[in-house]
Amino acid sequence: MTVFIEAAIKVAVAFVFIMLTTLVLVWAERKWVSDLQNRIGPDRAGPFGILQTLADGLKAFFKESIRPTQSIYLLYLVAPIAALIPALLIFLVIPIGAPIEIGGTTYTLQVMDLNIGLLYVLAVSSLAVYAITLAGWSSGSKYPLLGAVRASAQMISYEAAMGLALVPVVLLTSTTSIAGIVDAQQGTFGSFIPAWNIVLIPSFIIFLIAGFAETNRPPFDLVEAESEIVGYHTEYSGFAFALFFLAEYINVFNMSALTVTLFLGGWAGPVPSFLPTWIQWLVPVFWFLLKTWAFVFLFVWVRATLPRMRYDKLMTFGWKRLIPVSLAWIILCAVAIGFREFGAPWS
Amino acid sequence: MTVTISEFFKESANWAFLAIAVPTLFAGWRTVTSNNIVRAVLYLVVSLGGTAGLFFMLGAEFVGWTVVLVYIGAVIILFLIGIMITRAPLGQEADLSHAMNVKAPAALLSTVVFGVITWAMIDAFGNNMIPPFEPTATSDLSLLLFDRFVIPFEVVSFVLLAALIGGIAIARQDEEVVS
Amino acid sequence: MTLIQFLIVATALFSFGLYGVITRKNAVLVLASVELMLAAVNINLVAFDVYLDDPLNSGQIFTLFTIALAAAEVGIGIAIILMIYRNRQSADVDDLDLMKG
Repeated sequence: MTVFIEAAIKVAVAFVFIMLTTLVLVWAERKWVSDLQNRIGPDRAGPFGILQTLADGLKAFFKESIRPTQSIYLLYLVAPIAALIPALLIFLVIPIGAPIEIGGTTYTLQVMDLNIGLLYVLAVSSLAVYAITLAGWSSGSKYPLLGAVRASAQMISYEAAMGLALVPVVLLTSTTSIAGIVDAQQGTFGSFIPAWNIVLIPSFIIFLIAGFAETNRPPFDLVEAESEIVGYHTEYSGFAFALFFLAEYINVFNMSALTVTLFLGGWAGPVPSFLPTWIQWLVPVFWFLLKTWAFVFLFVWVRATLPRMRYDKLMTFGWKRLIPVSLAWIILCAVAIGFREFGAPWS
Repeated sequence: MTVTISEFFKESANWAFLAIAVPTLFAGWRTVTSNNIVRAVLYLVVSLGGTAGLFFMLGAEFVGWTVVLVYIGAVIILFLIGIMITRAPLGQEADLSHAMNVKAPAALLSTVVFGVITWAMIDAFGNNMIPPFEPTATSDLSLLLFDRFVIPFEVVSFVLLAALIGGIAIARQDEEVVS
Repeated sequence: MTLIQFLIVATALFSFGLYGVITRKNAVLVLASVELMLAAVNINLVAFDVYLDDPLNSGQIFTLFTIALAAAEVGIGIAIILMIYRNRQSADVDDLDLMKG
């Protein structure tokens, strides 16, 4: 029974955490983009405009939900929910901080630690394509359908690159559980270089780029450029539209958190031992949040800076550049790790 | 069979099994009898998800998540894209199955196949329980895949390469000849 | 958990798939029924693997191969169906009777 109670508390805490983070993230993105574009962003709703996201959410909630007559209404309503569910599921396996000891039992700050956490992350992120495909199909109109076909083709292509980029991580840490990967990145090479997986630099870069494409963020956001190209969410208004963008921002945070966890050591960081215990528990959480928000800033920075990629260039880049590079890097990593494990084959 | 119905329902694992197996079978049946093509494919998604659930019950986590990743995450998307491109006019479709003169013999055939195989299975395996098991470790599977089963692995890689090249070659638009 | 409950589910799915392959007119749905049959085979393989406690885990490895091959087959099948649709404007299997005597 205690297992269920613990799981329920963890899920509730994780849900509240991700919702608050997304609220702050939307505001932070608008503020950072406006700073990069030399203008003032939202600053009316609350101090520094921090309640802007809440105001937008309330507006979207009370807007009239238009139902297109040609649409298949059940799928039309299910698609935004199908967008939200994988986004929330990915967050379940990300460890926010080091395990905490309360009264003799160790609690991990991770809702669930699967033995094959990495494969779970890849599988759940591939379910996110359904939302877009169903949204485009169920809108009952030509343009969303074409946008949905384009978007799903883009996401599937970059999923392959993302999966291949994670193979050297598994080769290096020889475990697929996320907590295991974070544990393998504790310690240092030599005495001061942290033993993070970022030594796998090509994997890191390819995973980051594929993360941009998976979340449909610029420069890969051709499929949702509302003013230029009619996308898959044209027929959506009101709360369903808000759910789509909530799912996208949750995915931005997820991808940053995954990059940090798999390549930058997660919550690893120096913990000063002179602090009292309850502050010591918060220090790894602080490191995790610092690193993750640094990557969220990178997402927003790239949005404000880079132009949109044309669709055929996007597909060429995914299939003809990223996948061969990641395959070559896998071979290189396997050879290097083979040398380390088994010695030279000619000796 | 030595396992009676009341014994069957006492074990909680069997309740979980029924909770997964009944939607799987219902979805499988609706896949082949639905009149709406997109719904048929979505029922197939539910059926494959149930298959993955059965794999998780048997402790085969790696295979289960591979089913979700490959089947549900890629193969069904291919189906949906294929449907979308071959079904330009939107709306209710006419008929997706043959008339009763094909359906009746088909139903008879599948019932006979099901009956014969089930009878043979109950005759051979009716009393057997699955021994207590640990979830299969991914490292075991990977060691075997590259040690004992490396030749089938390489052959499957070749087949996938051939399928990739063949798919591109088949679906490519012919270049227009300018006369 | 008995072995037979998994096998019965697998056989039922297989017979549904068989019914679908014979009955369906749309080529995409025939492929979907073939997928059902392959999924049923996978359940059988994994159930026997766990029942026999195979040290070689050959059932699960075989399942990985069938999943990969099913994906390849669906890819080629959808490509062929798209070509047929492009040339004949119909995805009905009944309309493909050019070679009929």
